[in-house]
Formats: sequence, C-alpha cells, structure tokens
Amino acid sequence: MKKILTSIIAIVTVLTAFTSCTNSGKTNGKSGALSSNVAEKVYVAPGEHDEFYAFISGGYSGNLTVYGLPSGRMFKEIPVFSQFPTSGYGYSEETKPMLNTSHGFIPWGDSHHPDISQTAGEIDGRFIFINENNTPRIAKIDLKTFETTEIIEVPNSAGNHSSSFVTENTEYVVAGTRFSVPIPQRDMPIKEYKGNFQGALSFISVAPETGNMDIKFQVLMPGFNYDLSHPGRGKSHGWFFFTTYNTEEASTLLEVNASQNDKDFIAAVNWKKIEEYVNNGGGTMMPADYAHNVYDEHTHTATSTMKKEVRVVNPAEVPGAVFFLPTPKSPHGCDVDPSGEYIVGNGKLSANLTVHSFTKMLAAIEGEKFDGEAYGIPILKFEDVLAGSVEQPGLGPLHTEFDGQGNAYTTFFISSEVVKWKLGTWEVIDRKPTYYSVGHLTIPGGNSRKPQGKYMFAMNKITKDRYLPTGPEMEHSAQLYDISGEKMELLLDFPTHGEPHYAAAMRADLIKKRSQKIYNLEDNKHPYAAKSDSETKVVRKGNEVHIYMTTIRSHFSPDNIEGIKLGDKVYFHVTNLEQDFDVPHGFAVLGQNTSELLIMPGQTKTSVWEPTKVGVWPFYCTDFCSALHQEMQGYIRVSPANAATPLKWSMGEDIE
Amino acid sequence: MIVAALLPLGLFLFPLWRITLEAPQYPTPLAMNIHINDFSDVHPHDIKNINLMNHYVGMQYIPDAIPEFKVFPVAIIITTVLGLLIAWKGNYKWFLGWFILMLVLSTAGMYDFYLWEHDYGHNLDPKAIMKFTNKDGTVMGFQPPLFGSKDILNFKAHSYPQFGALFLALGIAAGFLAYIVGKKKKKIFSP
Repeated sequence: MKKILTSIIAIVTVLTAFTSCTNSGKTNGKSGALSSNVAEKVYVAPGEHDEFYAFISGGYSGNLTVYGLPSGRMFKEIPVFSQFPTSGYGYSEETKPMLNTSHGFIPWGDSHHPDISQTAGEIDGRFIFINENNTPRIAKIDLKTFETTEIIEVPNSAGNHSSSFVTENTEYVVAGTRFSVPIPQRDMPIKEYKGNFQGALSFISVAPETGNMDIKFQVLMPGFNYDLSHPGRGKSHGWFFFTTYNTEEASTLLEVNASQNDKDFIAAVNWKKIEEYVNNGGGTMMPADYAHNVYDEHTHTATSTMKKEVRVVNPAEVPGAVFFLPTPKSPHGCDVDPSGEYIVGNGKLSANLTVHSFTKMLAAIEGEKFDGEAYGIPILKFEDVLAGSVEQPGLGPLHTEFDGQGNAYTTFFISSEVVKWKLGTWEVIDRKPTYYSVGHLTIPGGNSRKPQGKYMFAMNKITKDRYLPTGPEMEHSAQLYDISGEKMELLLDFPTHGEPHYAAAMRADLIKKRSQKIYNLEDNKHPYAAKSDSETKVVRKGNEVHIYMTTIRSHFSPDNIEGIKLGDKVYFHVTNLEQDFDVPHGFAVLGQNTSELLIMPGQTKTSVWEPTKVGVWPFYCTDFCSALHQEMQGYIRVSPANAATPLKWSMGEDIE
Repeated sequence: MIVAALLPLGLFLFPLWRITLEAPQYPTPLAMNIHINDFSDVHPHDIKNINLMNHYVGMQYIPDAIPEFKVFPVAIIITTVLGLLIAWKGNYKWFLGWFILMLVLSTAGMYDFYLWEHDYGHNLDPKAIMKFTNKDGTVMGFQPPLFGSKDILNFKAHSYPQFGALFLALGIAAGFLAYIVGKKKKKIFSP
C-alpha cells in the first residue's frame, strides 16, 4: 500500500514537472515550436477582414492584383494595360480607348511598379500608379472604384522601368527609361549608339484634386540604362534618384559589355530646380506623338487624345540640377530610407551593398569636389558621398525596403534570401531564405516617411516545388514574413498571378472606408444610357443599330428584337438599373466576336455585334444575378440583307 | 399642457416607425423609415431594393406617396393648435379630452397602418414569380409585423417605433399628466 502511494506521488510529481515546464515555455514566449503559432498569425476568420491591402503587379499579365495581408487571399484583378474579357475592359466600346497608343491599339502590357499616392510623405490611399514597361505608359487607378481611370503614354522612352514612383505630395509620378534610344526616333545604324542615344527621365505632374496627369518635362540624359528610381523625402524632398547600368553605352551582348565598368552611377536629379527652370520658360517644346487616355466615371466612357509635343530639358543647361554618384557594379534597386538621408544602391554584381549619404552629397556639391563629368553632368567622388556599406551581405542584391525602426531589408536574387541590416552601423541582423530567387520585396507603406512595418513579403521569380505541380508553367510565389521581432519569421507562402514584379501595400482602413459600392444611376451621363425601362429603344442610323437596353433582376428590356439585317453593326448599350451593392449583370450574345460585358449597378457598357448569319439568336445574362438568373435571356432576329422585316422591340408581351 | 401639445411636432423631425428586413445576403439590412408625411430609405436605395425583392412574390411596389401623408400632418397640426388653445384657455377637464382625442387618433393611425400592411402583404399579383402556400393550403402572406419581429421566408422582418413615435407618446402622456396635476391643483385651491 505504502509502495503504491509512493509511486502515485512520484507520478504526480513528474506530471507536475512536465506541466510547469510547458507553462514556463509559454510564458517565455519567443522561442521553440510551442511558442509561435504561425497559423494563427495569418488566420483571418471567415467574414473578418485583413489588416492590409497589397497591390501586387501582374507583370506580364499587364494588370494589378489586390490581395489581403496577412491572409494572402486575392480579392480582385484590376485590368490596366491588358484586355480583360472577364469585365469587357479593352473590349467594350467605352474602354477600348484606354489601350490606345501612338502605335495604335495595344491589347497587352507589362506592368511593373505600383506606387500609392502620398500627402506630406505619408501614403494617402487615393490613387495607385503603375508603369507599363514595353510600350511606355503610366496608368492611374482610382482606389475609390478600383478601376483604371487614366493612362498616359511616355514619348522618347523605351522600356519604361525606373517608374512609376511618386514624390512626397504626389507632385509628380516619375518615369525613367531603361533603354536609351535616338531622340527623336530616327533611322540610324545601331552601332552608332554611343554618344547618340539618349535616356529620357519624365516628370509627370499630378493635379492635386483630380489626379489628372500631364508630362511637365523630360530630362534628356546620356545614353545609359536607367534602371530604378526613388524620390527623396524629408530633407531630400525635391530630389529624385535613379540607378544606371550600361554606362559603357553598349548596344550588343549587354550581359558582358554592360558589366565592364567597376562603377556605374546613381543619378541625383534636383527636380525642384528643373521645375523652376521650366516654370521660367526653360527647356524646349519638341514634336512628339503620344496618347493620353482618360476614363470619365460619369459617362462611363474613356476618351483618347493624341498629344503632339513635349517639353524637354538638357540637364547640362541647368547648373546644379543633375549629379552622378559613382556606385559599384550595375546597381539595380535605388532605395531611399524613411528619413531621406540614405540612398541605397543595390549593386547587383557587387559583393557589398553601397549606401550613399544625402548630407555628404550636398556637402560635396557645395565644395565642388568633382571627379570629372559625363556629357556635361558632374561626377561626384565615391568616397565623398559614401555613407557606408554592408560588407558581404549576400549575392546579387536587388531591392531594399525599410521598417521605420532603423532597419533595412534587402533581397538577394542569387543567394535567394532576405537580409535584415541596420542603417548607420551597417551590421547584418538576420537573414532568411526565400523560395526561390527573390526579386522585389514590400513592406506596407514602403515608399514613404512612415513605413507601417509588421509584415514584409518577398516576391519570388522561381516557384519549382512550392505548390502542387501544374505542369511546366506555374504561378509565381510570394512569401510573407513577420518583421515585428528582432528576427524575421516566415509565415506564409501564397501564389500570385502573372509576374508579381513589385507591390505596394498599406493599412486597409483608409481605402476601405472610401471604397464605392455602386455607381449612382442619377449621375450616369452616358449618351446611350436608358435610365428606366421606359427609356429603352432601338434606333437605326443607316446600317448601325443602337439598342438602348436595361437590366434589372431578372430581365433585359427589350428582350425581343427584330429587324436586324446582315451587314448591320449592332450596338448593345446595356445599362444596369440596379442600385444594390454587388448586383452586376452580364451580357453575351451568340456569335459575338468580342468579350462579354460585366456591368456594375448604375453603369452603362456597350458591345458591338456584327452578325454573320441569318437566324434568331439568344442573348443572356452571364452573371448569376438572382434566383431567376436562368430566365434572364432574350432573342434577336437577324434577317437577310434585303429583307423588309421592320425594326421592332418589346419586353413582357409578344412582339407584333 | 403646452409641452404636451408641442411634443407631437417631433413627428415632423423624426421618423415615426421603421421596418427592417434582414437576410443572409444583406449584411447591411434593408430598411425603410415611415415619417408622418413620407417613406424614406435608411440606406441609399433601400426602398428600390425592397421593391425588387418583393416583386418575386408578387407584392405591390411601395408607393411614393399615400393619402395618409396628407391627412396625418394636418391632424397633428390641428391637435397641436387645439392643445395650445386648451392650455391657454381651457381647464384641466379639457386636458383629459385632448388626451382621449389623441389616444383615439393614434389608435386609428395604427389601425390604418395595419390595414395598409395587410393589403401590402396579402394583395399579391396573381402572376407572381414565386407562389407560397401555408401548411393549411392557403396562400402565404408577407405582411410585416405591426410591432415586433417575424420571419418571412429568408427575411427576418422587424417593425419598431422610432423617435417620432416617442415624441407623440410623450406628448400624449404629458397631456394626461397635465390633467392629473390640474385636478390636484383644483382640489388644493378649492376647499
């Protein structure tokens, strides 16, 4: 009996020891598998909202995708530079002008760097800008409607890559050229590149209230490749910094020929000085040809205007406006810390990470301590502007972002990792692998005076085995890290759409409260809108037939149409009369040689149909709008070209 | 008594009643305010959306105006003027008369509201898209409750008074209070 008692006591003691051990593990918090519940950190319960929006570039999809963080859930794909059959963007008569350029209609684009508008150096969530790399354009997306509302083509530019970053008060959205080209374009031998090609840095002004874009001036720089850029902020507000590569000015086999110089440059551009010069009549108006496309949310229609000239500035003619900061080995990312003091040049072929000091740069300019010049632009001495360098942090540095706590995070493509280091001391604090070969990284509030910290996500170029295989072609992968502690913690893998080139992210609250639910039917100024069933009609103008059609749960009006003839061009102008949140209607007709329309409440969209066959063809609603969605259909009769069928339409009664 | 007569004027400032419809697809419920002289949306376009829902079961559209919107405001103004006259000239016994008049008128108003609701919920389009029957085989009605909450198909309907009704009720109560106080004073001053 005594023995049994003793063993029971022993067991209880051991159990207690275990329990207390677990308890102490919990209270210690930070270490061990028990302490950090990663799943909990990214779990957003059903019906709950994410804390952050992330706007991830679709890269070669030409679009912009909207995600929630920390869940990594995708909410929307916003069509920007590519036709989007899901909504009819770029297919509908109203949106085709958005994709107009000086080269004609272009159905595709390569979107790269989204950047959110700012006020006083802080992200304000009004607009998001994104650049098209291939046929240089800058787009503006209104974050009230999450729709692309403006696209401006950038003349004299090629490979619009060091774009589209905004200044502290969204005075400008800046677009730099990756490829230098003959300016103006002309027929000339490629091998005469050196000294003849130029690189344009475009400063596109943004109207404070409306956000309307206009190219204020272009700085015509030497024929280097302008890779990435960022604005100065705080003390360096008024300056803009661009990384360059190919200062060798090679036009062939760049992988070798553009990697010869020990140092390339970061170009520091004092845009305030150039703005003043331009405001006083400086620069010259040069003939040009570029499209400016604007979407009006009241007419629900875009218009495309061709512009015929642009103001260009020769930097050599504006003393004190542009300087070159020597930076080792083909720097890629050009990142400015929240204080505006440090300019990080991510020399992608360099062993070290170079950081320049804005204060030292000003002093060097003041002291006129130049190390020669390039095409009339003074070159500062490397040692004079260097703040410090992070020694051997990894291989292939590409981009750096900041957490607002004095730390920087740099991606390394070759060694496939993110490295956290300290500004000022340049010491490496932590490193975490990425899967695989990371390009950009984003911290919410990144390009601003006040990064919002908490999370960082890496956008990887290679996916391989991270998800269930989907054949040779896979979506790219992003990785979310918790950066609230001293060490980074990998929380989540999530697939992204297209090529997640770069992303802008911010706290959800500002955008969330402004997000529009419907378009007011009263404000619809579309010239072909029918704002009630009684306004519906069918009008013939020669061989054009305009159908003023309405949709409301669950019918089209009219839904029987006769009198169309072969050879007619039929315009379905469909107005959605709904005024309830999230009740779109769709429209498709058999044999339509274009996409469907997806029409939001209060909106009008137009689809053109040129019937090729005689018959009675159905049309229907493509969006499961209501319990009677399957009944939401109609017929349109197409008669031979010489038929005498009169034009008639009806709804709710037999057509007579 | 002056207070009693003036309080019902609150009906011109605040809605009298509210009918709210909740359903899973409406995280923000649909709701309609009933004023002394108008129906109004609680959130933009609510009435339009209530009509859209109701057309599936053949209910009539909520009209822009009903005759009561002309009668009720006049009735309230007349009773207010009457109340003020009584307060100025009349004695406490008249206060009781005003109180009873108001009670009768309010009850009549509620009855009228009930009749309208009943018609709205039962006078259905014979070509209704969806027809529902009760367990006993009779045609299902969709009348919202006069007061309280009720399940109607996928909707939960709530019908409750608003600030306007509170002002009216306080006015009526104040009328009665004025009568009681008047009666007591009468006793004190007439030995």
